[in-house]
Amino acid sequence: MPSLISLADVRKVYKMGDVEVHALRGVSMTVEAGEFIAVMGSSGSGKSTLMNIVGCLDRPTLGEYLLDGREVSRMDRNALAEIRNRTLGFVFQSFNLLSRTSAVENVELPLLYQGVATKERVKRSVEALERVGLAQRLDHHPAQLSGGQQQRVAIARAIVGRPKVILADEPTGNLDSKTSVEVMALFQALGKEGITVVLVTHESDIADYAARVVVMRDGHVLSDKRQTPKDAALAVATMPSPDAEVSV
Amino acid sequence: MNMLHTLRVALRALLRNKMRSFLTTLGMIIGVMAVIVAVAIGEGAKAKVEEAFAAMGSNLLIVMPGSTSTGGARGGSGSQPTLTWDDMRAISDEVPSVRYVAPVLRSQAQVMSEDQNWTTSIQGTSPEYFLIRSWGVARGATIQQSDIEAGAKVVVVGQTVVDKLFGANSDPIGQVVRIKNVPFQVIGVLTKKGQSAMGQDYDDAVYVPYTTFGAKVQGGLKNYLNGILYIGANSNTDTARAETQITNLLRDRHHVQGTEDDFFIRNLTELANSQQEGTKTMTTLLNVIAAVSLLVGGIGIMNIMLVSVTERTREIGLRMAVGAKPRNILMQFLVEAMTLSTLGGMLGLLLGVIGSRVLASSLGWATLVRPDIVVAAVAFSAIVGIGFGLYPAYKASRLDPIDALRYE
Ligand SMILES: Nc1ncnc2c1ncn2[C@@H]1O[C@H](COP(=O)(O)OP(=O)(O)OP(=O)(O)O)[C@@H](O)[C@H]1O
Ligand SMILES: [Mg+2]
Repeated sequence: MPSLISLADVRKVYKMGDVEVHALRGVSMTVEAGEFIAVMGSSGSGKSTLMNIVGCLDRPTLGEYLLDGREVSRMDRNALAEIRNRTLGFVFQSFNLLSRTSAVENVELPLLYQGVATKERVKRSVEALERVGLAQRLDHHPAQLSGGQQQRVAIARAIVGRPKVILADEPTGNLDSKTSVEVMALFQALGKEGITVVLVTHESDIADYAARVVVMRDGHVLSDKRQTPKDAALAVATMPSPDAEVSV
Repeated sequence: MNMLHTLRVALRALLRNKMRSFLTTLGMIIGVMAVIVAVAIGEGAKAKVEEAFAAMGSNLLIVMPGSTSTGGARGGSGSQPTLTWDDMRAISDEVPSVRYVAPVLRSQAQVMSEDQNWTTSIQGTSPEYFLIRSWGVARGATIQQSDIEAGAKVVVVGQTVVDKLFGANSDPIGQVVRIKNVPFQVIGVLTKKGQSAMGQDYDDAVYVPYTTFGAKVQGGLKNYLNGILYIGANSNTDTARAETQITNLLRDRHHVQGTEDDFFIRNLTELANSQQEGTKTMTTLLNVIAAVSLLVGGIGIMNIMLVSVTERTREIGLRMAVGAKPRNILMQFLVEAMTLSTLGGMLGLLLGVIGSRVLASSLGWATLVRPDIVVAAVAFSAIVGIGFGLYPAYKASRLDPIDALRYE
């Protein structure tokens, strides 16, 4: 059985006038279904570039990228949109929720582009919000939610379309340490359901919750190690100042 | 992606900036309003002229005697009879585009019933007259061919005359009235026709056979026809042809040399057309205003949609990231532009209808807002929205997802 994600000598070159920036200089790796990977590395090492390519938001300049057995690096915009819609889910550092739009309506976006009927769409969106512990916040707008809650809405949006892979570029970058661990607990729970999670982080504390850590430097994979992840749910329970409303 | 949802998203986006949306649609509002009012004015004027026209008679030409110039002494128009009964017969027999010819001999005289009298216009004519003017009787009958041949002393009276001589709602059929002391039997009462455009009362007249008129009212004139001729052309389009043909015929018969005709032909179709010219200038002006404001309105919509696309670049990026295809984004912004322009169009329509009502009542016209124009106005404003929204929407749909997501 082929790997879920398979990158072979993927390169990305940005051309800025006469200057060429080699953001990725030949990355090869495979990811199996259900893995939980943290990508680390110094600023400018190419983490986001890699995530964008894996997320089908961008195409490699050279190299091969097989997602779920399909070569996606040469697909057109519509085909890529389709893959992002059904196979991938995104979580961003800055949440990227639609302002003045309720949690449910934010979460249902992927289903909208899947053409799911209204009733089913709302039902699944509510389920996804319950799943991330926001059953009491269905009609709240982003401005009425805390940063951690907003990020959980974003996670609900990422999982509502039942994707195979969730890609998160510094999802805890704007959150305090406790909320960060709560978010990690959510990702770990998703991993147990067989969803593959790839996240980028600067913090080694966060990377400790992943089962595999990939370190990048200057467009290369510097190291790729497996480890025994810390249990985030347990960590939350032992942390001070418990947030009464959060249950993961 | 379903249309209803797209529409809801569009409406919400527009309502978020109510004032901006309203100002953007002002061009559409004024444009559509101007179209509606222009059409209402055009239609109202047309109906008004047509109404007046129909009251005079359809496809009507009037041939009048002109001045004669004998030995250098020129009389005024109609100062001398120049038309003959033979001319009349010739027109009737020889001009193919003419359907009816009727002589109209006029005199002002007193008409007396048993206890009342009333000075009115006495007209001697033939049965064709009533056909030309499409004028029927409310009671009794009109003048018949046999009355002409017999020189019968019968009279058909207008409603005003009935009111004056016999009182309203009375039935004067069979009664005798005296004109210049000659007894005439009333055989018919004409339907009420009302006033002419000049305020002349069409119903204030009585009609007798022209033969009787010549013998009893005006005194005999042998060859000359001391009056005018009403001509009914075959059709509206035939009036111009009939005019030329009659002119040629009469010139030939009267041996007219040079340019001085001794008769006049009044073409009422032409007259009506020239009356409509005035309103045409007005409607053209309004249409220009409409076109300009629709253009400005369209550009305003394009401008605001470009602003909207820029403002919502991150939203577009996010939508693309979660699976929106370029066509979904295109559709979203097109629907938004279309909603904006259609709402403007509907508002303009409303104001236009109110405007034409006000105008109509102040000018004494019937309100003429044609339903097809209403539909066309709304459809057209939607098309303007699509037309001018296309470029911004296309621009949005071509955004690169990463660039859009990173946009500050
Ligand atoms: N759109 C672009 N155009 C030109 N150069 C780019 C573009 N995006 C990234 N780069 C360059 O590619 C290199 C890798 O950038 P990337 O964003 O992947 O780094 P990163 O590892 O995510 O860094 P950080 O941790 O700061 O987010 C950098 O040198 C960056 O300047
Ligand atoms: Mg980055």
